[in-house]
Amino acid sequence: MSGAEIGLALSVFLACTVEAVEALTIVLAVGTTRSWSSAIGGVGAATLALAVIVAALGPAITSLPIDVLRVLIGGLLLIFGLQWLRKAILRASGLKAKHDESQIYEEEAAAARAAGAKPTGFDGYAFTISFKGVLLEGLEVAFIVLTFGANQHRVGLAAAAAGLAILVVVLGGVAARAPLARVPENTMKFAVGVMLSSFGMFWGAEGAGANWPGGDAALLAIIPGVLIVAVAIVRTLSRTVHPTPPKKHQTTPTETTDQATVSA
Amino acid sequence: MTRARTFGLAVWEFIVGDDWRTAIGVALALGLTALVAAAGVSAWWVMPLAVLGLLALSIRRAARGASR
Repeated sequence: MSGAEIGLALSVFLACTVEAVEALTIVLAVGTTRSWSSAIGGVGAATLALAVIVAALGPAITSLPIDVLRVLIGGLLLIFGLQWLRKAILRASGLKAKHDESQIYEEEAAAARAAGAKPTGFDGYAFTISFKGVLLEGLEVAFIVLTFGANQHRVGLAAAAAGLAILVVVLGGVAARAPLARVPENTMKFAVGVMLSSFGMFWGAEGAGANWPGGDAALLAIIPGVLIVAVAIVRTLSRTVHPTPPKKHQTTPTETTDQATVSA
Repeated sequence: MTRARTFGLAVWEFIVGDDWRTAIGVALALGLTALVAAAGVSAWWVMPLAVLGLLALSIRRAARGASR
């Protein structure tokens, strides 16, 4: 497996794990408070819809000429990746609330309880919420699988990485019987943002006619480069959000008077 | 609202999100890369510079919005 293929598999696995954890929280909340059979029905219907979308768009995307494919997909991946990275940077620096699966679970469960009496048979609420949750989270995964996979003509590898991630999350959810709040989601989102932005930049520039020094090996500089820039932005922002408190020291009567004058 | 318009808005929201300026910036940077490459000049440096600038500006806008 080449370095680019490892990057592809890793990016898809991480992105899919994060999205699957979020979808699992929603399904668990409506399943435990309303109806497991209807919630699982929603998961099945959403999975089917996602499979149809991938099956319809996959061949259409892979049939594009390679340069068009790279500039189009590189551009889309870069726009998408910068969104992920921006949110991850804001979360890491404290400017945006971190994703908390336990809190989201409680909110979803409270909404499910407030949605009225549970019917004895099919529960439309549990089905719809479960369907929408899995479909919306799954669309992001489908987008990443299709763009990454098509660009390297390895849709199968991308789909396998996504499938493995879903399996790991489902097994984790079954074992824990609770939202997977201990998964380091925010860190994983940060990593996915870095990977999507790096690959998007690389492929987009190649598609537009640029030649990277060292060819594919340039990714070994691009990925750490994007990571360093992102971490530097987080550190700078963190200092503004949480400024270091001044060291405590004994104040002299003169200093106190001066401070009082300044604050006045 | 027609279904086509609703679908178009959903696709826009899904891909572009809440920062359309970054999306426009990426498109412009790719165009500039193509122009520089077509002129026979090495063009690989355009995208890293553009991404650095776009990310910094996007974060700055978001940080200002958050502090208000």
